[in-house]
Amino acid sequence: MFPTPIEKTSRTWQLTYQALLPLALLLWLLPLIAVAMFSIKSSADFAAGNYWGMPTSFELFNNYGKVFFESQMPRYMLNSFFITVPTVIGAIALSSMTGFALGVYKFKSNLWIFFMFIAGNFVPFQILMVPVRDLTIGLGMYDTKLGLVLFHIAFQTGFCTLFMRNFIRALPFELVEAARVEGIAEWRIFWYIVLPLMKPALAALSVLIFTFIWNDYFWAVVLTQGPSAQPVTAGITSFNSQFVAQYHLMSAGSIVAALPPVAMFFLMQKHFIAGLTLGAVK
Amino acid sequence: MTSLATDTNTPHQKGWYRRNEIKLTPWLFLLPGILFFSVYVIVPIFQSFWISFHEWDGLGEKVFVGFDNYERLASDRKFEVSFWNNLKWLFMYLLAIPAGLFIALLLNQKVWGIRLYKSMFFFPFVLSQVVVGLVFSWFYLPREGLLNAVLVMVGMEPVNVLGHPDTATYGIIAAGLWPQTAYCMILYLTGLNAVDPEQVEAARLDGAKGLKMLWYVILPQLRPATFIAFVVTIIGALRSFDLISVMTNGGPFGSTRVLSFFMFEESLSEFGFRMGYGAAIAVVLFMLMLCFIGYFLWSMYQEEKGAH
Repeated sequence: MFPTPIEKTSRTWQLTYQALLPLALLLWLLPLIAVAMFSIKSSADFAAGNYWGMPTSFELFNNYGKVFFESQMPRYMLNSFFITVPTVIGAIALSSMTGFALGVYKFKSNLWIFFMFIAGNFVPFQILMVPVRDLTIGLGMYDTKLGLVLFHIAFQTGFCTLFMRNFIRALPFELVEAARVEGIAEWRIFWYIVLPLMKPALAALSVLIFTFIWNDYFWAVVLTQGPSAQPVTAGITSFNSQFVAQYHLMSAGSIVAALPPVAMFFLMQKHFIAGLTLGAVK
Repeated sequence: MTSLATDTNTPHQKGWYRRNEIKLTPWLFLLPGILFFSVYVIVPIFQSFWISFHEWDGLGEKVFVGFDNYERLASDRKFEVSFWNNLKWLFMYLLAIPAGLFIALLLNQKVWGIRLYKSMFFFPFVLSQVVVGLVFSWFYLPREGLLNAVLVMVGMEPVNVLGHPDTATYGIIAAGLWPQTAYCMILYLTGLNAVDPEQVEAARLDGAKGLKMLWYVILPQLRPATFIAFVVTIIGALRSFDLISVMTNGGPFGSTRVLSFFMFEESLSEFGFRMGYGAAIAVVLFMLMLCFIGYFLWSMYQEEKGAH
């Protein structure tokens, strides 16, 4: 193990390390702690210039209540859900099929198609912006959730295919061969043999894609404009202009907006990290 | 279940599909994915190239202007600033890799509660860039911000990070480095977990320690993690848009623009849509990215060749 395990070092270093950890964490999360503190203060504190002293009153429920009941925030959150969940399902459905095709079958253009998916996944969004916006308007889907969902599914298929294909490659191929000898139809091999083995990959990808799409901002601004379809990342801008310079409410608003992916991460940590670090170990 | 029964009962009358099943199946499985991906990703890349040779407001007729848009770019001050800022982003963002390695080394221990520490260090990565941008712009606020409160406390002059053209870009990059470092950290933590303990012990017996051990024994084993950290950091640096849009909106005096933001501004600006010009900027950004994509794919190709 590297660095040297702490148990094998001197007593002083052990104690320093134990003291250092919480301090480092505090420093690391300082900007976030600041925002969390803002969000429980009252407007009176801000007016009096009491930014960092003790809050004179504890306004957690008041501030967060305002976010939920006096703004469009719940609406934006709901939009985000209705954009994110269908995208996760769609992208996973498409890419488990493409991943299966590229991972199991040998044919000439296999590697080229695989590289097309990877390359497309790295492309800067801006090169797609004008044509995709034009296409979405042409389909009558500008400022709708569906328009955003369709694009996200298509784009995420690139990353998901990379992931699924590599995962399937690592499965024992003898299973497929044995099934073929039995004369089982190819689509049944996919459905009854490969798909059940892909459960960890499906879980990891769902969590990852959920976070990516929930956090998307660029496409939300390009393809939507009003509270009827805008997800929370874009909606927070109008939220902030509603409560301009009221830092206690803006802070509460952004904490609420950030919560679902954070909750997702802490609940599904194992899958999340497994997905993110795929390929980091040989 | 009925189809399975008929398939096995009539092996002599295999249809055309059954005979070519192994050849056809991959294409049937690929079809929906390729269709979606082509319509929304592959074809638009070429369309953007095509649009960049036109003047177009997004609604009316496109007017072919040849290389005019690119010539205009060459003499556009805003383009120059954006391009240099992109390079700043690229170089500064790479700091996330050593910083991530440093934190990973710090946390690669087995003490009580270390798992919670690891997740707490990682979780800024889960926040959306919009929230990170807001959090940092409040952190930097000249009057209310915590940064200046701390600076004043230790007896230094307060600074207006985002209000000054010389510091604004660096302020935004620092905000971006926060989640990016967390990402690199988790990659390295996973990598360190898989380092061969026997090699480490052997090196220790030979007297290797500290930095020497890190450089000659550990880092070579972390190569896959470094490669991925490099890929995601480069892509992240060139994709920077959200932070700039949220924190400064390109200001002050346009000093924090990067190509991706500049492109968005030109295409959907309030002074009319200049889609052709925007597309030309996007093409330049794409070309910049293509150098890296080419390198990544080449590395992956070498690996694929090695695997089979």
